[in-house]
Amino acid sequence: MTRKIQISDSKTRNNLSLFLMCVPALVFLLLFNYLPMFGAVVAFKRYSIAEGIWGSPWCGLQNFRFLFSTVDAWRITRNTILYNLTFIILNTMISLALAFALDGLKKKSGLKFFQTVNFFPHFLSWVVAGFMLYAFLQPQYGLLNRLLGLFGMEGVKWYMDASCWIVILPVMYVWKNAGYTSLIYYSGLLGIDSSIVEAARMDGANPRQVLFWVKLPELRPLIITMLLLAVGKIFYADFGLFYNLPRNIGILYETTDVIDTYVYRSLKITGDIGMGAAAGLYQSLLGFLLVMVTNTIVKKTEPDSALF
Amino acid sequence: MRSARNRKKKWSFEHVLGLLILCLFSLLCIVPIWSVISIALSDEAMISQYGYSLIPRGITLDAFRYVMDSAGWQLAKAYGVTITTTAAGTVLSLVFMSMMAYALARPDFRWARIFGFLVYFTLLFNGGMVPGYMVVTRVLHLKDTLGALIFPYVIGAWNLLLMRTFFKGIPYELIEAAKIDGAGNFSIYLKVTVPLCKAAFATIGVLVALQYWNDWWLPLLYIDSNKLANLQYLLYRIMANIQAISEMAASGAVDVDFSNIPSETVRMAMCILAAGPMLVVFPFFQKFFAKGIMAGSIKG
Repeated sequence: MTRKIQISDSKTRNNLSLFLMCVPALVFLLLFNYLPMFGAVVAFKRYSIAEGIWGSPWCGLQNFRFLFSTVDAWRITRNTILYNLTFIILNTMISLALAFALDGLKKKSGLKFFQTVNFFPHFLSWVVAGFMLYAFLQPQYGLLNRLLGLFGMEGVKWYMDASCWIVILPVMYVWKNAGYTSLIYYSGLLGIDSSIVEAARMDGANPRQVLFWVKLPELRPLIITMLLLAVGKIFYADFGLFYNLPRNIGILYETTDVIDTYVYRSLKITGDIGMGAAAGLYQSLLGFLLVMVTNTIVKKTEPDSALF
Repeated sequence: MRSARNRKKKWSFEHVLGLLILCLFSLLCIVPIWSVISIALSDEAMISQYGYSLIPRGITLDAFRYVMDSAGWQLAKAYGVTITTTAAGTVLSLVFMSMMAYALARPDFRWARIFGFLVYFTLLFNGGMVPGYMVVTRVLHLKDTLGALIFPYVIGAWNLLLMRTFFKGIPYELIEAAKIDGAGNFSIYLKVTVPLCKAAFATIGVLVALQYWNDWWLPLLYIDSNKLANLQYLLYRIMANIQAISEMAASGAVDVDFSNIPSETVRMAMCILAAGPMLVVFPFFQKFFAKGIMAGSIKG
């Protein structure tokens, strides 16, 4: 009897001391992640600075009604989803191509060089990337317009022409991310059991057949996991990309405004807190639903790739 | 025989195509940074005549001199803010995350699952930007403080779970043995887990430090005062408005001519002065990143 009590006592103490080690991190999670979840009720309130989140009066779905009665709601949703889809498709294809190219290299030194160089943009912030893009797009002196000039073509006012950003933004996204993603796929390729590849070669498969019929299928679970991760975030735009590269220029909003930049502007510039919170909650809820649905589907069809 | 076979392989269509893809992409990565350097080194008068070019015309350090004279003090302060937040943030983050990850990795911890879920859930759902802003400014009153640049990034769910994956690699027998020897949980963490997982700390430390170093988002939201502008935010403001550099100068040195800023070259010189150190240390950090990627691809 006493022994049992002793054991359960030491168990409690064990749990308690482990719990104490969690406390600092839990406090931060509570403050910066969970408290804002409850604060999201501000989307259902007519916010006034004087009264704060809890004191402001409720207004039901008014903020949402306002949001969806503007053209903005459609525009930011469309832009966010279409850009993210483009990013996912382009980035997956290009980084797979890069990974296979790295895998095909014979010399170790070349491998290291390409890995380092391709990875490099990932280390830069979007602000610095904005400077680099500016060197190309500056209307008067920029490299791109000078290149067009060499071919006798008229320069383009890139920062005033909304349509060209449909191309620029995906290029910049791939520029910054493909090196990183390709490394993930490359490490997946390294993990393939070499005896499978060897067996295929023995059976007379040429390199192209090995690539398409052996290596690509072996990568399939990893590719699906990566796609799942990306699709789950389809309602979240990379704020830095959409804010720093087009330099928050109003004429470009038609093709550069996304949910995140819209929420930021309602918060910091137009001061329309309720509307910003409504757009933010709309984003979070859709994103959450999407993750749950895609994960359930993947769990049924590809249990190896499911996230949870 | 062997070398002949190799040579034959080397020229296969796939190989050439692969090499071509790699070279093209690498060029895409190098040219932008190269052009920024080239513009910063150019002579302003040459630029207004010929435009930007990949080979600097009339090489001069004037732009750098101008930045140092007019905004040198502001730049130094921005370095101070960036270094402080990066150092403090990385240390806090590693200590707090690793303690929790250690507890979560222990199979005998009763609340490991529920706490693990609490961490994971933040990846699936969040309250959004507006409530987060309210909490930081109105509940915690961190606006215009260094804390606003540090605390929001201390716990990253993804990094914490990655750390737990690393820690789960330690055989539980080792921890049990230490327990039998009478070691408490915290001293097991200090004396067994930390020394065995130095690589994990290095990998995640680099990820976290990079996040702090490259951050312009937190100052954009929470910092109004010039004093607490970090490097990235300083750059952001210069991109938004080159005049910012003369405003900075106005509060510092007196004997600078504001009427005639060589704005094209100065902008890029500022970019290099602010982003330069990252370019130099990057190759050393890259291998930690690669390690993190490998570990991350193993599901926890």
